Amino acid sequence: MTAALAKNRFFPAALGIGSVVAFVATVELLIRVGIINRFIVPMPSDIIAAFPRVIVEEHVLQRFLLTAGEAFSASILVTIAGVAGGVVLHRYHLLRLATETWVAAVAAAPLVLMYPLYLVIFGRSALTIVMMGFTAGLAPVILKTLEGLLATRRVLINVGKSFNLTPSQQFWKILFPAALPTIFVGLRLGLIFALINIVGVEFLINFGGLGQLINELAERYDLPGTYAAICFVILVSICVFILTERLERWLRPVD
Amino acid sequence: MVAVRSERVGAGEPKIGAADAILVVEDIVKRFETPDGVLTAIDHVSLSVAPGEFVGLIGPSGCGKSTLFNVIGGLLDGYEGTVTVAGERVRGPHPAIGMIFQEESTFPWRNVVDNVAFPLEIAGLPRAERYERARQFVKLVGLDGFERRYPAELSGGMRQRVSMARTLVAQPKILLMDEPFAALDEQTRLLLGDKVLQIQQQLKQTTLLITHNITEAVQLSDRIVVMTYRPGQVKRMVDIALPRPRSSEIVSSEAFGRYVAQIWSDLREEASRGLDDEEMRKLREGEAE
Repeated sequence: MTAALAKNRFFPAALGIGSVVAFVATVELLIRVGIINRFIVPMPSDIIAAFPRVIVEEHVLQRFLLTAGEAFSASILVTIAGVAGGVVLHRYHLLRLATETWVAAVAAAPLVLMYPLYLVIFGRSALTIVMMGFTAGLAPVILKTLEGLLATRRVLINVGKSFNLTPSQQFWKILFPAALPTIFVGLRLGLIFALINIVGVEFLINFGGLGQLINELAERYDLPGTYAAICFVILVSICVFILTERLERWLRPVD
Repeated sequence: MVAVRSERVGAGEPKIGAADAILVVEDIVKRFETPDGVLTAIDHVSLSVAPGEFVGLIGPSGCGKSTLFNVIGGLLDGYEGTVTVAGERVRGPHPAIGMIFQEESTFPWRNVVDNVAFPLEIAGLPRAERYERARQFVKLVGLDGFERRYPAELSGGMRQRVSMARTLVAQPKILLMDEPFAALDEQTRLLLGDKVLQIQQQLKQTTLLITHNITEAVQLSDRIVVMTYRPGQVKRMVDIALPRPRSSEIVSSEAFGRYVAQIWSDLREEASRGLDDEEMRKLREGEAE
């Protein structure tokens, strides 16, 4: 039964949307009957009602585009530098032994606290925000790229050797496609870290984008508006994920 | 009735004259450094394969079969002795040698025809030409109709046939196979054996098959090289005088049974040594713990 439903083209998406609607309706009900305090969590119906106001009065589309642009720029930098970093660590064993622990430590560190330093270096600008996102997202991409390359099955490398592949062919034809699924896990992690830091720094330095809007609305105690703005941050995240998923399917159609 | 003919072969003594052979393996010694000291995996192994011949190399687990496969295929260096292909010394992977591996080795990100076309792509053939040739070899291994399928959508036997087609499309002078059917069930193994026989017949492909399966070796080979347990040496060479063309039906013949019995009598002693060695190793590990 569930297997048949899973094969249906529209049912999984409908189930997902239905679950969100059911969750929102449950929250609305719990607030209306007083189980959840409406001064802490606004009613979903109020959040929905706040959307037009936030879109028109708070110029949310411009802010959305700014945050999305920053996230996209950081994603490009994270992808290029992270994958290259992973490849370099895979290529040079000594460098890997010397730095892998440090890279893992950076991945776990609360890098957002470095924003004053970045403000000094890059000024109070979008560049600071992009660089904070880039720094936060870099380590997981390096680590996962390295993991993917190291996990390439020995037999596939031997197939390449048996066909006399050059080192460059060995990388592009075998190592890289074999590591792609793990690299994309790293990219998704890295992009989550980047987006959290981008919105967080916008919030902290009160500069542009959705983070600044959330800060302003929260300070005005406009809870429905704050949550409506958070929905736009989630929308940025969805866009980034759809893009990475499309890219992965294009690069590696079937596993 | 077919007579069973075999001969004992001393270490370092190729069966066929080097002048007639396309593949000559001479006095190969390979040692590995282990925590327990130096381990000699293969010890003065020599053999030669004539053009169009199908040679099976059989031995118990741990006799250095796969080490020899890697040495001949040029994937392993740091050994004594020489490997020559058509008179040319092998100093690394050689274009005249095509290898089929024991483990599943198709590229999961390429469909069947793209997997098979891989060596032609590396050789720089134009797209249309490489796909045309790849399709011919997909058909040869009996996978026509599956060209656009990905390895994840195929059975283990079909995936191994894709690997075989990928190796054969490069038209190697020598096909080197390392227990290619080891991961498959007995029925698939017999049927794939038929496919290998058919392809060998069609292409007159020189083949060296490394296996631990006696029936597989007798079913496919013109000659079988029996190896000793560690250190791996050539113990005996057995000519398989079963008629060709063959198929898996031959396994029920009386002559086939005699060959299997004879090779097993040679192997039993070696396999017992291997088993004793393994049990002793486990005992020692148990005591150490």
